[in-house]
Amino acid sequence: MNFMFEPWPWYVAGPLIALIMFALLFVGKQFGMSSALRTVCAAAGAGRAASLFKFDWRAERWNLMVIAGAVAGGFVASRYLSNNQVQIDAAVTLKLAQDLNITSTNNAYLPTELFGTENMTNPSNIVILLLGGVLVGFGARYAGGCTSGHAISGLSNLQLPSLIAVVGFFIGGLLMNHFLLPLIF
Amino acid sequence: MRVVSYLVIGFCFGIVMYKSEAASWFRIYEMFQFGSFHMYGIIGMAVALGIVGVQLIKRFNIKALGSKEIRLTPKNSGYKNYLFGGIIFGLGWALSGACPGPMYVLAGAGFPAILIVIFGALLGTFLYGVFKRYLPH
Repeated sequence: MNFMFEPWPWYVAGPLIALIMFALLFVGKQFGMSSALRTVCAAAGAGRAASLFKFDWRAERWNLMVIAGAVAGGFVASRYLSNNQVQIDAAVTLKLAQDLNITSTNNAYLPTELFGTENMTNPSNIVILLLGGVLVGFGARYAGGCTSGHAISGLSNLQLPSLIAVVGFFIGGLLMNHFLLPLIF
Repeated sequence: MRVVSYLVIGFCFGIVMYKSEAASWFRIYEMFQFGSFHMYGIIGMAVALGIVGVQLIKRFNIKALGSKEIRLTPKNSGYKNYLFGGIIFGLGWALSGACPGPMYVLAGAGFPAILIVIFGALLGTFLYGVFKRYLPH
């Protein structure tokens, strides 16, 4: 039964993600997860503050259905299909401990130092998580898409704007990972 | 029927994101450290098959359900918003370890702290809407 809990290798996950993109195209939609954030803003009445949110959000309700499914998928996978311990590269594990003081590596799915419920009242964690979210939401809308919309769908359609956006994702990601994270943690 | 198909697609997405560990902060950190081929393999394989599939759709004029056109709308030209927005997104991705799909998967997996990230992402989306006209595009 152990194989049920094993993580899926890249050559299993990659084709399945392509399949999910094609399933969405087949039902007449597009693979773009960040659009749901815009839909929620519109549904919450943000149209009164900015024209970006003045659209009929009911026509985009399908985004919210996909997200409801994703929440259920996360629940089932974490409860029944995983031991919730991510094993990563040994040198990276050492670096996490030395540079960022993160030692939950290889024992947890997310670093408990940052995501552990017992650490949720830590003000610096709240600031980090909130800031991370704000940058993700702001950047995704500014760039017109996120990992799913640009890196997967956009590159699959050989769109130059998506390639520029993905280069941007990596510039920002490398900056944060190599220079800013050691200062923040 | 439509609703069910969106729910099922989302459910499969959630399973794949969690089981491939693409939803894990550790995997994102490792990717930006070039510590493993894993994440590059996932994205690379999805894109490689995606390119082949999109070419087939175009070549054979494959239709969506109900013989509707498949939506492959190209993005507007220009580069500033893609580059600047991309950099901002990348900073957030490497910090929170979550992009806009996996954050919901993690909520379902029972990490209450991810709700702070989701709230932040909604706030960030709203702020972009408010400041859009002052930004270079």
